[in-house]
Amino acid sequence: MSGLIFNLFIFVLASFIGFELISKVPPTLHTPLMSGANAISGITILGALIVAGQIDSQIAQYIGFVAIIFATINVVGGFMVTDRMLEMFKKKDKNNE
Amino acid sequence: MSDFLPPSIQSILPDLIQLVYLVATGIFIIGIKRLGSPATARSGNQLAALGMFIGVVVTLFDQQIITYEYIIAGIVFGAAIGAYAAKKVEMTAMPEMVAIFNGFGGGASAVVAWGEFTRFEASAIATQDLVTIGLSILIGSITFTGSFIAFGKLKGFISGNPITFPGHNIFNGLLTIGTLGLVGWLTYDPTSQLTFWLLFGIALLLGVLTVIPIGGADMPVVISLLNSYSGIAASMAGFVINNNLLIISGALVGAAGLILTNIMCKAMNRTLGNVLFGAFGGDGGSGSGPAADTDKTVRETTPDDVALQCAYSDRVVIVPGYGLAVAQAQHVLKEVADKLEKRGVEVKYGIHPVAGRMPGHMNVLLAEADVPYDQLYDMEQINPEFKSTDVVLIIGANDVVNPVAKTEPGSPIYGMPIMDVDEAERTIVFKRSLSPGFAGIDNPLFYKESNQMFFGDAKKTLQSLAKSLDDV
Repeated sequence: MSGLIFNLFIFVLASFIGFELISKVPPTLHTPLMSGANAISGITILGALIVAGQIDSQIAQYIGFVAIIFATINVVGGFMVTDRMLEMFKKKDKNNE
Repeated sequence: MSDFLPPSIQSILPDLIQLVYLVATGIFIIGIKRLGSPATARSGNQLAALGMFIGVVVTLFDQQIITYEYIIAGIVFGAAIGAYAAKKVEMTAMPEMVAIFNGFGGGASAVVAWGEFTRFEASAIATQDLVTIGLSILIGSITFTGSFIAFGKLKGFISGNPITFPGHNIFNGLLTIGTLGLVGWLTYDPTSQLTFWLLFGIALLLGVLTVIPIGGADMPVVISLLNSYSGIAASMAGFVINNNLLIISGALVGAAGLILTNIMCKAMNRTLGNVLFGAFGGDGGSGSGPAADTDKTVRETTPDDVALQCAYSDRVVIVPGYGLAVAQAQHVLKEVADKLEKRGVEVKYGIHPVAGRMPGHMNVLLAEADVPYDQLYDMEQINPEFKSTDVVLIIGANDVVNPVAKTEPGSPIYGMPIMDVDEAERTIVFKRSLSPGFAGIDNPLFYKESNQMFFGDAKKTLQSLAKSLDDV
């Protein structure tokens, strides 16, 4: 089995897990969920690390540097803003006088 | 970075990295799962952040990574920008915040693919890698420019109204086919710089042209879809660098984004095709739409009267809309609700799925005003309860309580699920004027016998109500 096919298997199976995980989320959480999922898509930062850290090509290093900035904004900003939202979600008994 | 490790560990390092990726994958899945319930959501998000951190740290041991100066500088710079934006943003501006973060994520995937393409001699790159490089550039670039257009529309830099030209959809269709053709050509002849740059350029243009004909009111659906795209772009980048963690997390986000997009379309009574190609719905900012019929009469009410009616009720339901957030009146609303509860009135909030500027946005805005989430009820939960409700306070909402959605098949909002407020004994609408909402449709609820209008800015009317409640 070639690498591409193997990776396709992983991709499709992970997609099914994604469908299952999200289908039961209450509307209350749609905004934080979108924001949190968006932060996870910043995982592309791993690719950016490799491109910026390799020494095969100087130009690719510069490009990787840009990729790291973009991805880090997505990851750090995304997780922090989601946390800010979810921090405010409180249950009644604990919070009200 | 792995130099200091003993040779025995160095030899199994690639496998170790993969094992840690496996752990991070599990953490992501548990994290997303926990994001699905209000009680566990915060820990879910923190888990996902932990998974990301682990992924980043272990990748630094990858043998391809030799130098660290660009990595450190990039992370410091990006983290500072991201953290600043996340701390400063107003909760009402959340849709554009998500849009712009998403744009950077998608852009990063495209740039990673660009870097991989530049890094090696083009003819030395395997065919399958060329396909995924091309797709990563394509999807990532569309996400990048599309998200920035969505940001501009939400922020008001670009008109929220649909911007189209004759044959727009056909042109976009041709461009899409063209880019796919270019991906194919790049695979066939990777040495052509022209093919690569044409692909990159047209993909960026396509992102602009895809989002610009869509109305401001539909932007949440677009962002959700672009969020899904950025997941897929990340996954494609994972194919490029052969990294399972990227492929899996990207696919998870891609699938989750699609589901969420679908849920939103349902709540807005639209199909995805209609949102993307229908050029429907401006932002309601320009023009006031058709004026309400003048021969119908409404009953106007006063703060004292509303206070009296609410104070002697058993059950009051509050239906907030985006007008509440525009007026920054969430905190005053909470004050009114607290005063009613002290008098023994049962107060609940009924939240329409698309209340606010994006689905679930109203819940965030009310949470910011310390309204506990167990007092917030989804539409399906609250609708059966209106029959036994004394007073419904409708604040800054219009289309989501418009009975036309049920009664008039010709109406553009026909079939949209609405809050059945007309089943309550009395409704009181807090509104600036009688002008229709963004859909531009007159609301018969306003003229019903059981309805009263409380005209004015949501914050001022609620403040006067709070004052009147003290004197009842």
